[in-house]
Amino acid sequence: MNVLLDYLPQFRDGFLGTLAITGASAVIALVLGVVIAGFRVSPIPPLRAFGTAWVALLRNTPLTLLFLVATFVVPELLFRGASPFVLAMLALGCYTSSFVCEAVRSGISTVPVGQAEAARSLGMTFGQTLRMIVLPQATRTVLQPLSSIFIALTKNSAIAGAFSVTELFGVAKLLSDKGYAIALIFLWVALAYLIITFAISGVFRLLERRMAVVR
Amino acid sequence: MSGASVLYDVPGPKTKARNRLYSVIGGIAVLAVLAYLGLRLFQTGQFEPAKWNIFNYAGVRNSIRDGVLTTLKVFAVAAVLSLALGVLLAVARLSDHKPVRWLATGFVELFRAVPLLITIYAVWVLMLSNKDALGMSGDAPQFWALVLGLTLYNGSVQAEVLRAGINSVPKGQREAAYALGLRKTQVMTTVLIPQAVRAMLPTVISQLVVTLKDTSLGYIITYEELLYSGRLMAGNIIAGGDSVYIPVIIVIGSIYVAMCLALSALANWIERRGRRAKTGIGVAEAGDVANAGALTAVVAAEAAADTATDTGN
Repeated sequence: MNVLLDYLPQFRDGFLGTLAITGASAVIALVLGVVIAGFRVSPIPPLRAFGTAWVALLRNTPLTLLFLVATFVVPELLFRGASPFVLAMLALGCYTSSFVCEAVRSGISTVPVGQAEAARSLGMTFGQTLRMIVLPQATRTVLQPLSSIFIALTKNSAIAGAFSVTELFGVAKLLSDKGYAIALIFLWVALAYLIITFAISGVFRLLERRMAVVR
Repeated sequence: MSGASVLYDVPGPKTKARNRLYSVIGGIAVLAVLAYLGLRLFQTGQFEPAKWNIFNYAGVRNSIRDGVLTTLKVFAVAAVLSLALGVLLAVARLSDHKPVRWLATGFVELFRAVPLLITIYAVWVLMLSNKDALGMSGDAPQFWALVLGLTLYNGSVQAEVLRAGINSVPKGQREAAYALGLRKTQVMTTVLIPQAVRAMLPTVISQLVVTLKDTSLGYIITYEELLYSGRLMAGNIIAGGDSVYIPVIIVIGSIYVAMCLALSALANWIERRGRRAKTGIGVAEAGDVANAGALTAVVAAEAAADTATDTGN
C-alpha cells in the first residue's frame, strides 16, 4: 500500500509514459501495417517481395535486438540525436507493424470473393477495389486480432523502460532499487497494465459492436 | 490465393505494360531505400575491413559461440519447463474441482497479462535477495530468473493453446472413451491430450519461437546470452578508431533471425503436413499466439461445427 501512495507521482508518470509509448507506436504500426499489407497483395512484384521480406524479418527478430538497433544503429545512420522515446516508438512500431500486416492480410482474404469481383466488373482499379470495397469490409474481421496485437504491444512497451523511456517498468526498477518489496511493486504494476489492457479490449469490443452488421 | 488474384483482373496488354512500369518504379524505390542505407553504412565507415576483421579473432568467435550456446541452453530448459507447466495448467483449468480450476485460471490470466520483462525482473530481484538461502553463485540467479520468467509466461500461453486443443477434440471421442470404461485420467492422457497436441503442434511451436525470441530479455537482467555478450563484446572492442556496434549487431541479428526462421519453418512444415492428412481433427494455423483467447474462440467454433456435423450424420 505504502509503495503506491508514497510514489504516486512516479506511478502516474510511468502509467502515462506507458500509455504514450503504446499509443504512438500503435499509430505507426497501424499505418505501416496497412500499407505493407497493401504491398503484399498488390500486382507489383518488387513491392510484394518487399512486404514479404519486411514481415519475415521483423517477425523473427527479438524485440530487444530491435531496440538495440534503434539505440545504436538508427542514430548513427539516419537521425542523429533522436530522443529515446522516438527510437523506442520506431522499434515498437516497426515490430508491431509486421503483425498488423499479417492480420490485415488475413482479413482481406475473408472478404467474400464476390465483393472484389463486383468491384472489378464495375471497372475499379486495384487501388480503388482495395480502398473502397475490400479494406472497409476487412476491418470487421481484423478488429479482433488487432485488439490482441495492441495488448501485446502494451506489454512489449515494457522493454522500452530498459532503454531509458519513462514508463511502468522503469518505475518498478526504480522502486525496487530503493528497497521496496518486489512482490508489492509487481502487483501494482500488474494492476496498471491490467487497466490498460482491459481498456483496449473494451474499446475494441465496443467498436466491434458498432461495426457489426446483420447478415 | 483468394486474396491476391481476386483483387485485380488478369492483366491485358496495356495493364501489363503499366504494371511493368510500376514494377520498375517500385523496384527502384525499394533499391533506393536499401542503397541509401548502404551508403550511410559506408559513409559512417561500417564497411572498413578493420571493423569486420574482428570476427577473425578466436576470442570474438568464442564469445559468439558461447552466447549462442547460452541462449540455446536457456531456450531448451525454458521450453521443456513451460511445456510441462502448460500441460499441468491446461488440465487444471479443465478440472472437475472448482478450487483447482479457479486457481489455474487466476494463475494463467495473471501471468499472461503482466509483461514478461516485469515477471523476469521480479523473479530476478527475488532471487538476488535470497541468493544465499538458495545457494546460488555466479550468474545462476540471472539464469534461473530468465528461465522461470519465461516458464511462467509461456507456460500460461501454452496452457491456453493446449486447452483450446483439448476443447477442439470432438465430444464423441471423450464419450466413447468413458463408455469403454476408461477413468478420467485415462481419458485425458490416452485420448484427449494426444489429439490436442497433434492439432496444436504448429501453434505450440510458434509459441516456442516466441520463447526463443524472448530469451533475449536476458540482456536487460545482464545475463550473458547471445545479445548481452554481443553488447559487452562490442563495448570492449575498438577497431579502426571506432566502436564496432553495427557489425556486431548485424552478425548477431542474423544469427537470431536464422534460428527463429528455422523453428518457424518447422512449424509451417508440420502444419502443411497436418493439412494433407485426411484423418483426425484439423491442425491449427502456425500463426503467432498474440492472444490465445481468440484462438480458443476459433477452435471452439470449429469444434462446435464438427459436433454439429457429427450429430447431422
